[in-house]
Amino acid sequence: MIELRAVSKRFGDLIVLDGVDFNVRKGETVALLGPSGVGKSVLLKHINGLIHPDRGEVWVDGQSVTRLKRRDLAKLRSRIGYVFQYGALFDSMSVADNIKLGITDEESASDQEYAAARAIQCLELVNLDPAVAEKFPAELSGGMKKRVGIARAIAGQPTYLLWDEPTSGLDPVNADVIDSLVEKLDDELGVTSVVVTHDVRGAFRVADRIAMLMEGRIRAIGTPAELKANTDPAVQEFLERDLTIPVTH
Amino acid sequence: MSGGQTVTLDIRRLVGRFSISATEHIGRVSYLVLEMARSLREWKVWMPRTFEQAQAIGYGSLFIVALTAGFAGAVTSLQAGYQFTGGIPAYFYGGVITESIILELAPVLTAMVLAGRIGARFAAELGSMRVTEQVDALESLGRSSISHLVLPRVIAGTVMLPILVVFADVVGVVSGWWAAKGALEITNADFIYGAQYFFRPWDLWYSMIKSLFFGLAITVVPCYMGFTTKQGAEGVGRSTTTAVVSASVLILFLDAVLAKVLLTK
Repeated sequence: MIELRAVSKRFGDLIVLDGVDFNVRKGETVALLGPSGVGKSVLLKHINGLIHPDRGEVWVDGQSVTRLKRRDLAKLRSRIGYVFQYGALFDSMSVADNIKLGITDEESASDQEYAAARAIQCLELVNLDPAVAEKFPAELSGGMKKRVGIARAIAGQPTYLLWDEPTSGLDPVNADVIDSLVEKLDDELGVTSVVVTHDVRGAFRVADRIAMLMEGRIRAIGTPAELKANTDPAVQEFLERDLTIPVTH
Repeated sequence: MSGGQTVTLDIRRLVGRFSISATEHIGRVSYLVLEMARSLREWKVWMPRTFEQAQAIGYGSLFIVALTAGFAGAVTSLQAGYQFTGGIPAYFYGGVITESIILELAPVLTAMVLAGRIGARFAAELGSMRVTEQVDALESLGRSSISHLVLPRVIAGTVMLPILVVFADVVGVVSGWWAAKGALEITNADFIYGAQYFFRPWDLWYSMIKSLFFGLAITVVPCYMGFTTKQGAEGVGRSTTTAVVSASVLILFLDAVLAKVLLTK
């Protein structure tokens, strides 16, 4: 379980998070919606300790992320896959080596045969040709980089997945592939996911619950049906722009 | 001024702001150094990467170091010939050239050249990795960015600089000797006698100790700058420039401090 208690964060004079309370139950997929620059990615980075809150607490599986020692934090992070907005692939490594780095269990990572097979398996899961494994990030398109980033995040078979804009910049077909992957990992492997997205339709498709982050706080949270029924004008204005086309869940 | 506005320079505010900024940097660099010390135990991670970096720094810098030391040695010879005219025994040139190279020119010029070559590279590499979230990606995989990225660069640079300085000493002295023979018409025996007469083993130690400190300066400062890069490509450019300038200034500062501490009797 992931729990943020009264988390506040500011950068200089800019208050990004202002006492955010937010929780994700085990096995659940929660989408985090909100306008650009509202702090969705900042909130996501609090969960695996990449950013520390100025005030408040972050708990994952009963462990306070903010108080964990370096080694314990590293152990916790190895159970949390993070999909970066632009892939964040290591330029100097091949695609295969990037994915192998995602295998966080030392024993599995040192088994070369397993690591190579796992890299190919993860590439196939994100709809990429295994031949891509030998390429370098500079040879890939933006969408391919993003999918390799996802492959790296799932290579270690994490129990949590944090998705930072997984479908932005992808064509509709590949966006659907990623949405299906989020659903598949959620349903088949029981992965707990937090998906930060602008894509309202995608959020309604994959999420068990949707949270709306506005002005540094969670403005609304609930199931897709509850959010649709929310009477807050700001929430409705944000949702209506993208929900004119029917969504199948 | 247009609009009737006046701009006043508030010295107190300027000094205050500078002091806060300097304290902040010192605190962060200290934290980075502490983290490096803690990460030393993860030798399985940093050791192989250190060899890769050492090879790139050492082998890759040989030409530019040789070029710099070669010219420095030759010019020292020519200037010694210009300055010391008449009444100076010929062997004296051997001492002046050798000591100038070993005590000052080889360590300082090699460090300056590497501050540009290695320091800029480290700051740009780590800065790019920071702004493209590669550093965050590494951390998110439960791996230490210090052991993977910073320690190998710092250790490799700090170890390789003294080795390159020894190489620069040899090239500088040989080129100075060669130039002295040609321009000042001194014999090999005079040059060797002068070099031996003025040489003390401590000079070489002093040169090595200086190089170690310079090695730390040209690696820790750029790694810190790269690691704290913000604001995209412009930030990477700013970090790279600041890293080279700061490392160069630190080299000159350390040069003065170490001369005072190690050479004053």
